[in-house]
Amino acid sequence: MAAPESQPVGEVGLPDGGHQSNVFPPFDAHNFVPQIVWLVIIFGALYLLMSRLALPRVENILEARRTRINKDLDEARAMQDQAQAAGSAYEKTLADAKGRAQALGQQAHDQLHAESEAKRHALEADLAQKLAASETQIAATKAQAMSNVGTIARDAARTVVEHLTGRPASGEAIAAASSAIERN
Amino acid sequence: MPEKAIDPIHQFNIERLMPFHVMGLDASFTNASLLMVIILALVSLLMLAGTSRRSMVPGRLQAAAEMSYEFIANTVRGTAGQEGMRFFPFVFSLFMFVLLANLLGLLPFSYTVTSQIVVTFALAGLVMTVLILYGLVRHGTHFLGLFVPSGIPILILPFIVLIEIISFLSRPISLAVRLFANMLAGHITLKVFGGFVVALLGAGGFAALLSPLPLIGIIVLTAFELLVAFLQAYVFAILTCVYLNDAIHPGH
Repeated sequence: MAAPESQPVGEVGLPDGGHQSNVFPPFDAHNFVPQIVWLVIIFGALYLLMSRLALPRVENILEARRTRINKDLDEARAMQDQAQAAGSAYEKTLADAKGRAQALGQQAHDQLHAESEAKRHALEADLAQKLAASETQIAATKAQAMSNVGTIARDAARTVVEHLTGRPASGEAIAAASSAIERN
Repeated sequence: MPEKAIDPIHQFNIERLMPFHVMGLDASFTNASLLMVIILALVSLLMLAGTSRRSMVPGRLQAAAEMSYEFIANTVRGTAGQEGMRFFPFVFSLFMFVLLANLLGLLPFSYTVTSQIVVTFALAGLVMTVLILYGLVRHGTHFLGLFVPSGIPILILPFIVLIEIISFLSRPISLAVRLFANMLAGHITLKVFGGFVVALLGAGGFAALLSPLPLIGIIVLTAFELLVAFLQAYVFAILTCVYLNDAIHPGH
């Protein structure tokens, strides 16, 4: 590159030879000015478009999305809290109802128990009373029956004595005999 | 071999499509200018047409536009802080311009704008101008503290200041030459390999059987050049951010 005149002729004769020198193209000062002019135009336009239009727009889109996502997340969180509150309220109601039901059951059970106890006591007392009355009556009847037995025995003895002796029996002797037997 | 078709330098020739002079300036519309116009059109298509519907759920083009936005926004915020975001449109334009220029340059019959050192130097110079102006307006003479690190013995301070100034001045050069050289070397390599294919085919016989080898090389290199195209645009953008960060916070 340093010595253009030593280059072969074929390489010098490039198609648009009017503009092309034999310098290595990127170092050809002949081309610097148009490149810089167009770079300034294009890069300036690019910078303006990006900084004024494109980047604020993308920023807005991203910002809007961030806000939206945060809002949705907050909403979801609030709803979750709400659901949790509803859940715990339900649990509490359920527990209360259970407790009440248990207390009610216990109360009913106690009441019934007491009632049946009272009834049983009354019945038992009644029965005991009846039993006692029956026993008294039985004793009375038995005593009566026993006293009758003595009379019947004396009568029977008198009849037996009359039949055997052919004369009326002495009442006193019979009575003495019967009481002697009863004593035994 | 003076064959134009396989001359690897031919692709960098500037061709004046519309010679044009205004006020003594050569403002001819060249093939490079055409590519710049196409870059502008494509970036505008992506960023303006892509976002025209402002959808809450983005389509493909809008997603790409948002991705570019967030990619550069995160880069700027990460390297230059929240205050660096005032330069976000500038860095974004730089990145998109360089990226599109690099990528479009890989298309056949296209032109690589960033393989012109004057273009990369102009961009690097623009970055340096912006950061010097901003630094001077924002910090006044305090901005010159950039060259005077604190806690240096007074004896060697002049040397340090000299080194700092040289390192500062070499920034635009490294910025420009890195991009330019990467693009230039990549495209020359691609063209040379392409020349091998043609030469081997032209030789015929056994040599023609070997011609697929450089073709495979071209395929691999093209993939590599795609990476380089993106990487160099990213490096250009992130170095711009780093330098701007110096202008925002000049103290060491």
